[in-house]
Amino acid sequence: MSASAQEINNLINQEYKQGFVTELETDTFPPGLDESVIHRLSKIKNEPEFMLEYRLKAFRHWQTMKSPEWAFVNFSPIDYQSISYYSAPKRKEDGPKSLDEIDPQVLEAYKKLGIPLDEQERLAGIAVDAVFDSVSVATTFKGKLKDAGVIFCPISEALREHPELIKEYLGSVVPHTDNYFAALNAAVFTDGSFVYIPKGVRCPMELSTYFRINAANTGQFERTLIIADEGSHVSYLEGCTAPMRDENQLHAAVVELIAMKDAVIKYSTVQNWYPGDKNGLGGIYNFVTKRADCRGDNSKVSWTQVETGSAITWKYPSCILTGDNAIGEFYSVALTNNYQQADTGTKMIHIGKNTSSTIVSKGISAGKAQNTYRGLVKVLKSAENARNYTQCDSLLVGDKCGAHTFPYIEVKQPSAQIEHEATTSKISEDQLFFCQQRGLSAEDAVSMIVNGFCKEVFKELPMEFAVEAQALLGLSLEGSVG
Amino acid sequence: MLSIKNLHVSVGDKPILKGINLEIKAGEIHAIMGPNGSGKSTLSHILSGKAGYTVTEGSVTYQGKDLLEMAPEIRAREGVFLAFQYPVEIPGVSNIYLLKAALNSIRKHHGQSEVDAMDFLTLVKGKVRLLEMDEKFLYRAVNEGFSGGEKKRNEILQMAILEPKLCILDETDSGLDIDALKIVSEGVNSLRSSERSFVMVTHYQRLLDYIKPDFVHVLAKGQIVKSGGAELALELEEKGYSWLEDNQAAA
Repeated sequence: MSASAQEINNLINQEYKQGFVTELETDTFPPGLDESVIHRLSKIKNEPEFMLEYRLKAFRHWQTMKSPEWAFVNFSPIDYQSISYYSAPKRKEDGPKSLDEIDPQVLEAYKKLGIPLDEQERLAGIAVDAVFDSVSVATTFKGKLKDAGVIFCPISEALREHPELIKEYLGSVVPHTDNYFAALNAAVFTDGSFVYIPKGVRCPMELSTYFRINAANTGQFERTLIIADEGSHVSYLEGCTAPMRDENQLHAAVVELIAMKDAVIKYSTVQNWYPGDKNGLGGIYNFVTKRADCRGDNSKVSWTQVETGSAITWKYPSCILTGDNAIGEFYSVALTNNYQQADTGTKMIHIGKNTSSTIVSKGISAGKAQNTYRGLVKVLKSAENARNYTQCDSLLVGDKCGAHTFPYIEVKQPSAQIEHEATTSKISEDQLFFCQQRGLSAEDAVSMIVNGFCKEVFKELPMEFAVEAQALLGLSLEGSVG
Repeated sequence: MLSIKNLHVSVGDKPILKGINLEIKAGEIHAIMGPNGSGKSTLSHILSGKAGYTVTEGSVTYQGKDLLEMAPEIRAREGVFLAFQYPVEIPGVSNIYLLKAALNSIRKHHGQSEVDAMDFLTLVKGKVRLLEMDEKFLYRAVNEGFSGGEKKRNEILQMAILEPKLCILDETDSGLDIDALKIVSEGVNSLRSSERSFVMVTHYQRLLDYIKPDFVHVLAKGQIVKSGGAELALELEEKGYSWLEDNQAAA
């Protein structure tokens, strides 16, 4: 017979496909965090002195802070002394010069994930920076990008090669005092990507970073910094996976974007960290601070995220619309299943005149998951004629999950126009039956209905990612109808 | 094709169908008529596999197999099609996407490969013209913002493309104006064949002016109280249902 409400609950039982572990010899710090760990970290990365000072300043500040409790998520306190703050595949002193020098096991791991690092095998048009635990193991198409004047490299390399850019921009959007996890990240971040697009350059290909957590009992603290100089244009993609483990692992990243006059940054994420098993054991704590500063006039930043993984997601990619006529966009699909929790949304801070922002958030809850949209639209007095449009839709699959919406709106400028629309719906038995009566299995029907629900967001993703995201949603819901 | 024997169906503790017997051969058109609450929709739901009903007695055999044992999607793939009385909306899923997914799931069931994209488009566009629909409908979300008539026409479009063997039309005429009724009927008539059977559930006789049934059955209080040819429908139009219900009460 057709799927009843109870059977819908059973639809969500599928194996996490990226849950394998790669056996490697690694350099891993023993667990624990104090100033000596930060000294070691900075030394192993061969960082300039100013960076060590920055890290120590952040660490000292972090020690005065408390873990935030306002998010609608539930977890036991994290023991920061039980985490290792550095883990990297063992390698020769100077790091790999070419792919031949990378541990074949690491290459194999990326191949398994569908991210071959061999440039010949890569789809033309996308350059990849592969971050494995605490280090970047490879960056492809560096030469071709260099010809265009684009800098795309691990941030640890940028610290050595382009200290002047780091000094000027790192922490300029997310200061080390910003929040608990951002402060921790500033103290102990290990690697991530650095992008600089010079004036007037349209980046000749999509840039992407693939983050992989492999080692057990480690935290991943990545840091990404993207600077789009005047009139430049860049599209950046990020993907994430981790092995299945019973312990929770912490991923506390900071991403800073800076868009100068007339610059455009498009930042897309497909986040598929291990979500824990169906009883809620294990999974990644994804506590991430992502923020963009639309510093110049007519600049534009567009965040698109598809969040299907992690035990807990705590993430609010935001835009500070500083320049006049700046545009901020946030398109989000957050799917939670089993015992996953997500508290995600955005902040749009309107400072410049005629700034506009668009927020489209689609939350899907299944199993016993909790899914929260939390958003702030703030219009300062200076932001004449600011505009915002927010659309916030929740879809419930089954009857044991929850969807919550916390929109905050603060307007200090009377000429501002703010629109907010919100809906909550359920996949109805009638919809399921209709699809089944046309020959679709209940699972395919749920997947199709959910994909339809997310369509407005998927159309914002670059083509290749959109296909991946659709497949991912289907997989994440597999088993949720009996 | 379809053999219903002594079928008793309840919703919760409430008996709705109380011993239905019906034989439908390939190529036949049967109209099921009856007053509101007689169990007409229950019959179409139980045949198509909707949840929420309990069969307490009797059997339904479709092409030699126990229909009641099959999941709804298996019934669909085996050729049972229900044109819904109230077609649902599926936001964000285009009509053409649903059609293709449905057609491919049926083809796969029969061991056929997925339909070629160009062949599919040619097929769909042909059927769209047949039902005098605008091609734009194909790219709109399933039934979203459709008028009542458009939704019903959309059901017939799906039927025309999926080419089922047993078509169950549940109150397909309700909510249709006379022009739409003509178009829908022409669509149905074009699908008539010696291998395809129809069960038309309807309250009114007017649909039968356009789609001529071979048999008419009157359902009242969960039982078939009278069966006859097409002329029975005219008699009902004239006399209403009450005389049959009264007969039943007397018996």
